[in-house]
Amino acid sequence: MATRDLSRRRLLQGGAALVGGATVGGAALAVVSRTEPAAAEITHGGVRLPFYGVHQAGVETAQQAHAWFVGLDTIDGVGRGDAARLMRLWTDDAARLTQGTGALADQEHELAAQPARLTITVGVGPTLFTSLRMDDRRPASLRPLPGFPIDKLEPCWDQTDLLLQVAADDLIAVSHAVRVLTRDARSFATVRWVQKGFIRARGTMPAGTTPRNLLGQVDGTANPVPGSDDFARIVWKKDGPSAWHGGTSLVLRRIRFALETWEQLGRADREQVMGRRIADGAPLTGGGERAPLDLDALDHGLPVVPEFAHVRQAHATTPDEVFLRRGYSYDDTAATQADVGLLFAAYMVDIDRQLLPVQRRLAELDLLNRWTTPVGSAVFAILPGCLEGGWLGERLLRDEGEPSE
Amino acid sequence: MSSAGSRFAIAIAIAVTSTVTACGGSTSTGSTDARATTAAAVGVTASDAWVKAAPEGMTAAFVTLTNASGSDETLESATTLASRTVEIHEMVMSDGTMVMRPKRGGVTVPAHGKAVLEPGGNHLMLMGLTSPIKPGDRVALTLRFASGASLEVTAPAKDFVGAQESYQPSSASSMSSPK
Repeated sequence: MATRDLSRRRLLQGGAALVGGATVGGAALAVVSRTEPAAAEITHGGVRLPFYGVHQAGVETAQQAHAWFVGLDTIDGVGRGDAARLMRLWTDDAARLTQGTGALADQEHELAAQPARLTITVGVGPTLFTSLRMDDRRPASLRPLPGFPIDKLEPCWDQTDLLLQVAADDLIAVSHAVRVLTRDARSFATVRWVQKGFIRARGTMPAGTTPRNLLGQVDGTANPVPGSDDFARIVWKKDGPSAWHGGTSLVLRRIRFALETWEQLGRADREQVMGRRIADGAPLTGGGERAPLDLDALDHGLPVVPEFAHVRQAHATTPDEVFLRRGYSYDDTAATQADVGLLFAAYMVDIDRQLLPVQRRLAELDLLNRWTTPVGSAVFAILPGCLEGGWLGERLLRDEGEPSE
Repeated sequence: MSSAGSRFAIAIAIAVTSTVTACGGSTSTGSTDARATTAAAVGVTASDAWVKAAPEGMTAAFVTLTNASGSDETLESATTLASRTVEIHEMVMSDGTMVMRPKRGGVTVPAHGKAVLEPGGNHLMLMGLTSPIKPGDRVALTLRFASGASLEVTAPAKDFVGAQESYQPSSASSMSSPK
């Protein structure tokens, strides 16, 4: 039996080596593609990302396949000292889980053994500053977004006091980490919502491929490049109160797609709505996916990129109007009702300056709004990272009773 | 005094070199800690210490002890300001159920080996809590070994629904489990 398996494996590997050549028969190819990967098997479970650092991981991190956003509200009576104890617990949990060791008191620590690029990122909502009576420490632009006419917000996805963003290339790692973290939070906070997002599985496409959303569009093309000065300028806070240096702001919006009506559109119409080609995400004005938009290009006197096109309205009109999009698709489809969309997750230094002008334009003129509806909206300050020995939120929460810097 | 994450092990390792007191050891290191003397430092280090949060009464603490030395070490006793007494307990089968009872002779940490104090096994029982132990609190424990060495450990408190074993003191009478 074993011998047979072995020889079959050799055969398949031999066949795989010839893939792409014309000499392989169609039948052999089919066997190869269905049963064995062409290359030697590669496992990703053991890949670990550093937890400690000036910034929290999970923002300047190449997108993992899965991300769960967990919104929690503090329990009545929880004060700043309690919040500090929670942050110490979460820091310890995250430091261990991301490195592939179980958290303390974790009886299922085997589930933590393959972190698969697990990152755990902690944010605080504007409401936390009120409930902890520390509004003086709230970053100026951290407040709920203004309502937009296109919004149909559902209370179940509303603003929460705390956010956990848990992401990994493997869903077991995410699920287990969320369990550990929410278990450790239960004396302090209750979970209001869990928003579960995904992109393609790791290895399905080459790393760095821009994801597609569930409308079929390449989504996330014009993003700052991790590690670049541009990224740092756009995403990481370095001015204002020092408690926030190294942090960022997150706008998380749950945007539902109306697939039933979207599916009535032909491909050409879809491209007009978006302003990009479906096939490769390139602008309608030509070039590849990353080619610059030519908003002035005309065809028979009409703009090639229509006035109502999403890309035209989303296009930055000043160097400030850029932010990191790290969105995930969601699919909560029940038996009879499709419920799919995008967890729009955008990271930036200053929400007022960077996102709001773009959001206002989109709310007014973007034809894509006919098929996309914001049903949830929340904003969070992503805490700066911490170094070994420190804990997340230390600069914000320690020295109770003393004025902030 | 801040500590978090996998750094506990490191912090404790440092504590070992600075606070271990061995039999007859009296050479001062110049440390401000009165207990800090060196001499034949015990080869035991502690990691992954934690304590089950509890509002009152008693609770359990857990730790992994690693012995890098060539001779067995035996954990004989422990103290903490968090409770009036600390007992070393073991879990044993009694009349078909697991019960815990004081462990005679302490816990041996074999040479070049480990002793894991964990839920369902050997553990430290903090009896008569002096104040509530809340999740996220950090409880300082002093572990004492038969060699005379001692080890300072900081154990964060965690919400934990396990470790509900029923307590069987050295006599046969059963008590309710820790909360």
